[in-house]
Amino acid sequence: MDLTLSPSEQQFRDEVRDWIEANHPGPEPEAGLEEVMAFRREWQLKMHAAGWAGISWPKEYGGRGATMIEQAIFVGEASRLEAPSPANVLGLAMGGPVVIAHGTDEQKARYLEPILTGEEIWCQGFSEPESGSDLASLKTRAVRDGDEWVVTGQKVWTTFAQYAKWCMLVARTDADAPKHKGLTYFLMDMEQEGVEAKPLVQITGEGEFNEVFINEARIPSENIVGGEGNGWPVAITTLMNERAGLAFGAIAQIANNLKRLGALAAETRVNGGTAAEDPVFRQRLAQLHIEAETMRLNAYRGLTKTMQSGIPGPEGSLGKWQWADINQRIAELALDIEGAYAPLARGDEHAVGGGAWQYSFLRSRANSIEGGTTDILKNIIAERVLGLPRMR
Amino acid sequence: MYFDLTDEQQAIKSTARDFLAARYKSERIRALADSENGFEQSDWDEMAELGWTGLALPEEWGGQGLGIVDLAVLFEEMGYALAPSPLLSNTVAGLALSLCGSGDQRERFLRPLAEGKLRGTPALWDAGTPGMIGEFTMEARADGDGVVLDGEKVLVMDAAAADFFLVASADGRRHVVEAGASGLSLAPATTIDLTRRLFSVRFEGVRVAAENTLPAAGEDYFDVFFRICVALAAESTGIAQRTMEMAVSYAKDRQQFGRPIGSYQAVSHRCAQMLLETENARSAVYGAAWAADAEPESLPRAASMAKAYASDAGWRVPDASIQVHGGIGFTWEHDLHFFLKRGRANAAMFGDAKWHRERVADAVLAAA
Repeated sequence: MDLTLSPSEQQFRDEVRDWIEANHPGPEPEAGLEEVMAFRREWQLKMHAAGWAGISWPKEYGGRGATMIEQAIFVGEASRLEAPSPANVLGLAMGGPVVIAHGTDEQKARYLEPILTGEEIWCQGFSEPESGSDLASLKTRAVRDGDEWVVTGQKVWTTFAQYAKWCMLVARTDADAPKHKGLTYFLMDMEQEGVEAKPLVQITGEGEFNEVFINEARIPSENIVGGEGNGWPVAITTLMNERAGLAFGAIAQIANNLKRLGALAAETRVNGGTAAEDPVFRQRLAQLHIEAETMRLNAYRGLTKTMQSGIPGPEGSLGKWQWADINQRIAELALDIEGAYAPLARGDEHAVGGGAWQYSFLRSRANSIEGGTTDILKNIIAERVLGLPRMR
Repeated sequence: MYFDLTDEQQAIKSTARDFLAARYKSERIRALADSENGFEQSDWDEMAELGWTGLALPEEWGGQGLGIVDLAVLFEEMGYALAPSPLLSNTVAGLALSLCGSGDQRERFLRPLAEGKLRGTPALWDAGTPGMIGEFTMEARADGDGVVLDGEKVLVMDAAAADFFLVASADGRRHVVEAGASGLSLAPATTIDLTRRLFSVRFEGVRVAAENTLPAAGEDYFDVFFRICVALAAESTGIAQRTMEMAVSYAKDRQQFGRPIGSYQAVSHRCAQMLLETENARSAVYGAAWAADAEPESLPRAASMAKAYASDAGWRVPDASIQVHGGIGFTWEHDLHFFLKRGRANAAMFGDAKWHRERVADAVLAAA
């Protein structure tokens, strides 16, 4: 057992740390998604120039070929230093790895480089209004027409669809096959008639997510990834990639939030003292620190196991569940500490800390829904880790 | 970075699992719970043979020279098996002598303890006081070269099985008092946990010779305390693991409304919660155990985190397991209540969750 980094891992961490500190462009612009995207595109170009975009990708495809622990270190450092997200986060984390794993040589030559540079943004067309957790029940249909497919349907929760060039689209190509078998994975050009993205306004007032209406859009057959009817296993690769490595970013983010929460407690007056002296707040704060530490250590144990077996196990679901829970409770405690000031939000001159905690409180409501609801994660844990009978 | 047990530690774990499972079947635990001493000397001799009495004690003094990670592995299995044994109290005495005793005291008490020939136990809390760590009130009155002790200690583990006591006095010192010393008397306590014996111990003019007072004082004993917190938290983790397994296995077998109850989310999600709490407790325990061996400056905070978390999980998981079992789980006939009781008693020993959380709050707010 050794919970420290080896000398070569430390060296890698220092290299990451030095580079981010030297190149950090400062905080993201607060107003306007357009400005945020422009900011993130610029950041991704910088990352790519230094070889940090696609660090998990093999070197032959323009990546860095980093080991799992190096990926964990990179994500952890980037998150700890609050580096911006790259513009093409879904292309880097999901699109590229799927093309590398299942794509043809032509697809690799066509798609990978513009993902790394951020020149072409990717989005993910999986969920539908009636197919959320039960993804395989999706209804968007693709019908063959010569060398092309004609697609009609609706997708939802499509992050950054309004900026995307390519959509990782899962559609039903065989209505008669069992539900997991009749699906095909396409790369759909978003810049065509028949594809319309409409932002969904979420409870924070922002529009990160979209609805995508697809009406007889056309996709050439050469844009199928992994072969006709193979959409389900290809989609699963995408989702596995979404979850891998995220834990270490989440851990660093929670550590930063806990630090801010401690500062808020120290400067907020409660009952003639500060919130940091209040025994109830102290207990809650300590419990969050304890659970954050268990999450960090669980991730180390998981990483050790994954490095031995080569594949992330279903135990990763525990980490995502725990992350959502801790993140939500941090923001809840912050609003409790703010007390009567809790309703004042961004833009109000009396809002505590510029209203940042109000934003976190609202945004974190999605944490237990996005990327697998906590309820579904409990099903996965019950069935795949504990071996309990499938729910019918 | 490698967070898993080594092959040697895996071997300790599987030896302990097999040995304890063979010794402590349900009927045997029940018989021991009803017996006078609560354990059997033959079991102790076998544990000594396996090196457990001196597992984390220096080889120089007859121990195995292993670390706190190894100790945590062993105690996790002690909890998993619900083993009734004075091994925990004896480990407290051993670590105290090892870390805080003089060379002469180690020769006279630590070596035979490590070899399994003598048993020791700490006598810390004074009757009628809040039982807080480090706040002891028994006066050690000077008497010639030595001291005289008067008063009553409570919550003393395994006192009837002990050959000597490590008695805390108000000046922060510990004194070795041998069983049978003049003025010493024991009374068994009635406790919820039938698998660990507690006693009150009266001291009426008990004389301690100068060579039996340990040279260390006060906060020196935190080095012992935090290591014991880790061992106890490991034991509670074993309790959580075992009772989670019992719930999962019952949820697979038990049929209601024509299907196994584990296929209902109200039940399966409760089991998932049990897994989360058990795995969190385990991570916290081994993180702290590693700190004890490799990074002692971070042990106090890590040990408080582990003891706080495992204190809660150690009784909540058995409690949830009782709920999954329904009515049968509430019967004396089922073993679950023994686990619940041991877990809840563990939660109260060596600082409860609230006490340890307060220490964590201190540490994290000071760093902020």
